[in-house]
Amino acid sequence: MSHWIEPHPTGIYVRPADAWIDPSVPRERALVTHGHADHARGGHGRAWATRETLAIMALRYGTAAGAAVGYGEDFRLGGVSIRYVPAGHVLGSAQIVLEHAGERVVVTGDYKRRADPTCLPFEPVPCDIFVTEATFALPVFRHPDTGSEIDRLLGALHANPDRCVLVGAYALGKAQRLIAGLRARGHHDAIYIHGALERMCALYGSFGVELGELRLATGLPAKAMRGAIVVAPPSALNDRWSRRLPDPITAMASGWMRIRQRARQRNVELPLVISDHADWDELTGTIREVAPNETWITHGRDEALAHWCMTHQMRARALALVGREDEDEG
Amino acid sequence: MRSFSQLLDGLVYTRSRNGKLALIADYMRGTPDPDRGWALAALTGNLDLKAVKASAIGDMIRARVDPMLFEMSRDYVGDLAETVALLWPKGEETDDGSLTLSTVVERLHGLSRAEAPAALAAMMDHLDAPGRFALLKLATGGLRVGISARLARTGFARAFSLDVDDVEQLWHVLQPPYTPLFHWAEGRAERPDPGGMPFFRPFMLAHPLEAESIDLNAYAAEWKWDGIRVQIVGTGRETRLYSRAGDDITGSFPDIARAFSGDAVLDGELLVKGDYQGGEAASFNALQQRLGRKAVSAKMMNDYPAFVRLYDLLLEGRDDLRPLPWTVRRDRLETFMAQLDPERFDISALIEAPGFDALADLRAGTRDAAIEGVMLKKRDSPYVAGRKAALWYKWKRDPLTADCVMMYAQRGHGKRSSYYSDYTFGCWTEEGELLPVGKAYSGFTDEELKWLDRFVRTNTVNRFGPVREVEKSLVLEVAFDSIHDSKRHKSGLAMRFPRIARIRRDKPASEADTVEGLRRLVS
Repeated sequence: MSHWIEPHPTGIYVRPADAWIDPSVPRERALVTHGHADHARGGHGRAWATRETLAIMALRYGTAAGAAVGYGEDFRLGGVSIRYVPAGHVLGSAQIVLEHAGERVVVTGDYKRRADPTCLPFEPVPCDIFVTEATFALPVFRHPDTGSEIDRLLGALHANPDRCVLVGAYALGKAQRLIAGLRARGHHDAIYIHGALERMCALYGSFGVELGELRLATGLPAKAMRGAIVVAPPSALNDRWSRRLPDPITAMASGWMRIRQRARQRNVELPLVISDHADWDELTGTIREVAPNETWITHGRDEALAHWCMTHQMRARALALVGREDEDEG
Repeated sequence: MRSFSQLLDGLVYTRSRNGKLALIADYMRGTPDPDRGWALAALTGNLDLKAVKASAIGDMIRARVDPMLFEMSRDYVGDLAETVALLWPKGEETDDGSLTLSTVVERLHGLSRAEAPAALAAMMDHLDAPGRFALLKLATGGLRVGISARLARTGFARAFSLDVDDVEQLWHVLQPPYTPLFHWAEGRAERPDPGGMPFFRPFMLAHPLEAESIDLNAYAAEWKWDGIRVQIVGTGRETRLYSRAGDDITGSFPDIARAFSGDAVLDGELLVKGDYQGGEAASFNALQQRLGRKAVSAKMMNDYPAFVRLYDLLLEGRDDLRPLPWTVRRDRLETFMAQLDPERFDISALIEAPGFDALADLRAGTRDAAIEGVMLKKRDSPYVAGRKAALWYKWKRDPLTADCVMMYAQRGHGKRSSYYSDYTFGCWTEEGELLPVGKAYSGFTDEELKWLDRFVRTNTVNRFGPVREVEKSLVLEVAFDSIHDSKRHKSGLAMRFPRIARIRRDKPASEADTVEGLRRLVS
């Protein structure tokens, strides 16, 4: 029996609205949960997204055609009532709540449940079908308290006044959350950033996210950055770019850092388990909370989460969408 | 337990040797007895608890976590102890501080196999994830944090500004948790008495010869043998063998240890011979069959019988000969030889040459696979630790060279992690294909490295994970000490000490050497 919501490898098709959620190929009508490249692509005819997400897409892909959707506002497309509610993942991230034929479907996109000073907190919406991510859906993934991870970073910084701490953080979301988290922990020194972060940090600033004093690390002599924190995209950690830095301690902020071998593979000396995704307890706790009749799992460790649902007498299916999950994100 | 688990984590993530030493030193200074002693024992591989089998740990976790989820997790994480440490169900993810390392060690010590799982589980509940990981590694034996026993002892010595060789002397006398050692290190107690236990003495090493010529009246010449440097320490009751790094390698060469019963310390080169190799000292390749083995089979000892070619006599009985001139020690060594089994021990012969030029001719003319070059030893030199200027020189045989084509490149480690500094190179087959013949990551200057790195980045044709395949256009002149048959490589060849001698930008790749040509150099 076919449902009015159809999972395809390239995205989720909402038939009565003739629209695709987070399609990985250009579509006439796209509903976009958030700005990360594996969810938001350029080239759609028209994209419905939050104001913040549209701004991010404009910055990344130069896309113009978009319909801004405010959190909590209802709109209709075909016979479907649609509402965007906060997902707590990155600035502008939304879950998409769809209602049709007396049935409510929630598509989470990516989400987390922890406090994040750069975006609105996740809002649980009870539903019939819950379409969830599963990036960290294994019980080994239990993210520690973010504040204590940031304290470890500051501890390493203060113990090595002649060096700098170079933190690899995904350019959209993680970098800004890390910087805001450092500010919240009382670190008010200038933070140096890689050129690739500059415009995204400015965009966050224009939406009222306070990041304090940021300086571009490019073109500075090494000694200017002694005793400072430098934030760069993960790809720059072991690349030529980092040669200019004063004897950096290499750190990386990611949920993957929970696994030793993952950290060692990337030559990370100071792994920081800071994630923008729900951990195992948050994924399973959220499913319990929204109590769906059925859980669909878009991407990640889908087998383990489906197994958990089954053993807790809940229906689940793995969708296996393509092109999701960038290891640098997380 | 918290400071110990933090130390382990630090050692796992820190790449530089100095960074590791600093971590160990800080821990040794800042941790009370007897915890730090147990930690030192664990790091040096002297803490063998083995209270629990891996299968028992699997059973423990399956009783607490859905077995399917455990299997999926283990597949993902890889390491059993790490998986269980992360999975362990527990309310608050904190270390409540109730368990010290000593408590853990004492509890694990007294356990039978039957009671171990319950006791272990009770301890797991008091720890955080890194603490549980450390506990499981201790309980199953084997920390594997990538440091040698010598490095751990060096870290200990650094903590208290001691000479590591002084620590080395006492090491085998003491038992964990080494409290008298720490008390002595902190100046609170007398130096422990090493008594009659065998221990390692630091080797005397040689500088490369750079001078044009040298006076053979002042220097004696002998062959430099291509085996592994070994120190034989006998007390009359017990004999131990130590490698150049000070590791105890007695277990790998029981045939040698059994054949020596004297009370003396000797310096020599460990080699293998036998009918298998035509009765003579064989190449390093043959010796490799015997290296790094914990247990040696009778067949192995029969096929590759080991012997030691002696260079020097350091101690005879209570008599420390190290301050005496080399000529005196050499006489004593020649006399000492009489009591040794000639099947297992011989003496490194002196090279008789009328002058330096004649010696140079002899060096150039030798084709012996087991000869690496010539040693020059000042006739009046005492035996001193390390490399001291103008006492001993090594004068290696001129390396062999071949023109090879760069095929693949990989990033280096540590300071070089941003450079493509490890190169795989190949030579031509008769069918006109390139076959990899070796890998090198040294020999070039910093400037050349920058150039090579740029070459790799701009000439990449393919990527396989961390490996880049490059355009087969760059000729590298590769120098190597010798080349041997090898079953491990597709080309059937293995180079010893390959390094990049020159970058031949002038030479077209098609004119590089052939695999057949290389094979003719096999010794």
